[in-house]
Amino acid sequence: MRADLTCDHLVTYYRLVDDDRVFKALADPTRRFLLDRLFARDGRTLTELESELDMTRFGVMKHLRILEAAGLVVTRRSGREKLHFLNPVPIRLIHDRWIDKYRERRVSALAELKRELEGSK
Amino acid sequence: MIAAATEKQVTTTQVYRVYIKATAQAIWDAITAPGWAEKYGYGCPVEYDLRPKGAFRAVASPAMKAHAPAMPDVIIVGEVIESAPPRKLVQTWHPVWDEASAKEEPTRLTYEIDDQPGGMCRLTITHDVAGAPLTAAMVAGEVPNAGGGWAFVLSDLKTLLETGKRLAE
Repeated sequence: MRADLTCDHLVTYYRLVDDDRVFKALADPTRRFLLDRLFARDGRTLTELESELDMTRFGVMKHLRILEAAGLVVTRRSGREKLHFLNPVPIRLIHDRWIDKYRERRVSALAELKRELEGSK
Repeated sequence: MIAAATEKQVTTTQVYRVYIKATAQAIWDAITAPGWAEKYGYGCPVEYDLRPKGAFRAVASPAMKAHAPAMPDVIIVGEVIESAPPRKLVQTWHPVWDEASAKEEPTRLTYEIDDQPGGMCRLTITHDVAGAPLTAAMVAGEVPNAGGGWAFVLSDLKTLLETGKRLAE
């Protein structure tokens, strides 16, 4: 019933824009390294993240901003510090929407093959 | 040495965020209202008494019971700390489906719903899992055969609210 209330093409449009940002954010080794560091331990400050990279503070900030815009990093204030958290949901959304779609098709193709083989016995 | 010691520290806060094309009220209802929790994620019915110190509980879904007959009826218990519909809900969240989880500390779960441009809302879950490493691994989706944790639940919730369908269907 809720489906009647949604504009499906709009939803699709938003999702594609979101996906673009995620793919672009992931298409860089420094940004993937930053995500790996947050996966190992979440809630780090810029200073901590910067200390593991041979890069200016400004450069690291730029990468973190791109990750944040893609929703892959969420920041939280804790006193005077800004903590960075890895948000795995955008990657999960891509997984659920793309990978599962293809897997489902492959599984149904296999089921069909099985039916055909059994039917022709 | 100090760096190595710091590295080993396990973080106790997990943050999950999703943008959903739905009203804040629809998202709030999907989290707290009777009949909604069955439709997405792990499909476990929830009961909320949305007052400070009000009780929260989640019960095992029929599918769970079929899969694991030893599963108790009530699988997660908790207490409402702050309820500000449809924007913010803070509660304790304590899995009791097995002895090991029941022995852990109750965790603290915060839902925040913010309006965004374009008829979107932003749902953020902050889960403080201090003293509960098993629960931490479970909600992070790191336990084999225990589902995808909050990331899976939020992805399924987004699909349900935006399309009226479920991921698995």
